[in-house]
Amino acid sequence: MGDMPDKKINPRVGLFVTCLVNAMRPSVGFAAVDLLERAGCKVEIPREQTCCGLPGYNAGDLRDCERIARQVISTFEPYDYVVVPSGSCAAMIAHNYHEHVFENEGVWRRRAEALGKKTFELTGFLVDVLGFTLTGIPHDMGELKATYHDSCSCLRRMKVKSQPRKLLRDFCRIEIREMKQTEECCGFGGSFSLKMPEIAARLGDEKIKRAVSTGADMLIGGDLGCLLHLESRIKAQGKSMKVMHVAEVLTGRAKVPSAEK
Amino acid sequence: MEKNEKDFLHGASAAMADKQLQANLGRLMMILRTMHSAGVGSAANFEDLRRCASEVKRHTLEHLDFYLETFEKKVIEKGGKVYYAETCEDLNSIVVEICRRRGARIAVKGKSMVSEETGLNRALEKAGIEVTETDMGEYIVQLAHERPSHLVGPAIHKNKEQIADLFMKHHDLGPRSLDNIPSIVAEGRKVLREKFIKADVGITGANALIAETGSVLLVTNEGNGDLCSTLPKVHIVVSGIEKVVPRLEDAGAILRVLARSITGQAMSCYTSIFTGPREGPEDAGPEEFHVVLLDNHRSEILAGEFRDILRCIRCSSCMNHCPVFGVTGGHAYGSVYVGPMGSVLTPLMEGMREAGDLPDACCGDDRCAEVCPMMIPLPDLLRRLRTRKWNMGIGSRPLKWGLSAYMKTALRPRLFHAASGAAAVLASMLQGGKKRPVSSLNRMHGIKTHLPSPQGKPFFSPLGRKRREL
Repeated sequence: MGDMPDKKINPRVGLFVTCLVNAMRPSVGFAAVDLLERAGCKVEIPREQTCCGLPGYNAGDLRDCERIARQVISTFEPYDYVVVPSGSCAAMIAHNYHEHVFENEGVWRRRAEALGKKTFELTGFLVDVLGFTLTGIPHDMGELKATYHDSCSCLRRMKVKSQPRKLLRDFCRIEIREMKQTEECCGFGGSFSLKMPEIAARLGDEKIKRAVSTGADMLIGGDLGCLLHLESRIKAQGKSMKVMHVAEVLTGRAKVPSAEK
Repeated sequence: MEKNEKDFLHGASAAMADKQLQANLGRLMMILRTMHSAGVGSAANFEDLRRCASEVKRHTLEHLDFYLETFEKKVIEKGGKVYYAETCEDLNSIVVEICRRRGARIAVKGKSMVSEETGLNRALEKAGIEVTETDMGEYIVQLAHERPSHLVGPAIHKNKEQIADLFMKHHDLGPRSLDNIPSIVAEGRKVLREKFIKADVGITGANALIAETGSVLLVTNEGNGDLCSTLPKVHIVVSGIEKVVPRLEDAGAILRVLARSITGQAMSCYTSIFTGPREGPEDAGPEEFHVVLLDNHRSEILAGEFRDILRCIRCSSCMNHCPVFGVTGGHAYGSVYVGPMGSVLTPLMEGMREAGDLPDACCGDDRCAEVCPMMIPLPDLLRRLRTRKWNMGIGSRPLKWGLSAYMKTALRPRLFHAASGAAAVLASMLQGGKKRPVSSLNRMHGIKTHLPSPQGKPFFSPLGRKRREL
């Protein structure tokens, strides 16, 4: 990653909360703040933020997406880094804005590219940019049997795979039980799951089958979209696997299922 | 070229309910992916090979008119003929006309997606010419009156029992047993051999047209391409205009990534190069050599923002790695070209109103772009098609209105946060208590879903960061 900006001490980080975390699972946002502050960042959460525009971008509403992208760029330009607790929203800001949304616009493309270079997915930022390590194990969950779902955006756009596993090992002593075909899509795909719910459900069910066969009690992931989709499939199938965002686990917000009994 | 199913969702639904198909598909996708990674892994520098092959095509497409003219000149020099067909119908009538002139009654055909694209078999049959597919997979789907469900494995949706049943029904060979693959293949081979010998005309596709020499390069694993071109008196090549490359070594750049991406082989079993008709009575090869080049909207595609799709070499990697294709199979697409490359090509050839549902058949996992040996940005092309569709006002209205309202709200942060709060409250109400006022929301398109329930007040609610303990 040659384009990495210079490492700063106590960098000023703008947290992009994401619309799903905001509406569905605020605890992921609070967990992200905790992690970043613990790693020495000065975290700010501008209230002018809403959505990164990905739903419209994917569905073809490029005009509104462009306007949202301008809003995001203007809001987050002043920070040293932009950190997002989601691979898909991070990829939208880091790649899609300058590669596609503003491909034909000089000034905005340059601004988008500059912002893209300092935008990171949360676990990737903690490990790759900050090199964040802890002494001791703050939330020992060594007993937990957990598997990990990588979002396609984390894997293929943000190059994040080992980072969350390393953090889970270092912070919680969790060794991930890997699924078979673990890099396969869960079928969420944003508006895809609204347009083709039957296929999305089938892909989700197959993912869950592979997750269950690892013997895990908990499914951890870094993208709330995938996680909510998988959670709804787990419920639909009457299974009991718990679904948590990696930031929640790392900050001790997840209870070990066996400890609850 | 026509799409035989009106909508993808309908086809997908049927495919997902077909247990046999699901078992066949699941097994084959696994095998194809394993072969692919072995093939890509067998080349130390696959990334370089990919770049090289893509560059060959990118360059050729930039100067397509020049290379086509060069190719044409060379074919004529070698004693062959070249025809340009603007539409599918044009191609069919040119081929039928060539057959008629020779008084041909029987034709054999091998490995040609273009002839599927134009519906050539039907046109030939209508003209009273019997045509037999000679690639084993294509022969099987021809017997079943189906269309190929996969670019390189046309019959991968069928298992050996289904194929044995088909042969039993169609081959009048008396009582026998077809309970293993070698016996099935041996019977197919025997039947096809007779067709080759009887045929007046052989029709093949092309993997590359070599401008420098006027040659046609064809890759098969069964050798049927050679038999189609050498046994009958007339050889007709049907190909898209985008298949031309400058020189033989440029075709080599493509061959290096082609078989590796399909079956994991470094090279296919047969790589044949055909150049013109036989030169004398003691020479091998056909008496007549015709090349029919199809446009069918390719010139339009070349001129627009979807040009990259013309680099496609029909290797099938994209579909073999597509999660959606993996559960629906090829027939759900209702088109000749299926999977991600088909979802780009079909709407461009048939029109957005006819095939506009296909660009939606994408879960956005980006695997196709990762594996495409020609570095075609398939997810981006699909998204561009969805943008085109959005701007044309096609597609589900409620979804469009909903999304549009969402996007417009997102442009007003205060309104957005107020609305998120209200939505969270509403969703809690719907999900909460034992009474579910809108239980029908939990069934979408007949699938039982459980809408996710929000944790409580949104992150950006007035209490905001006071609730850090969450």
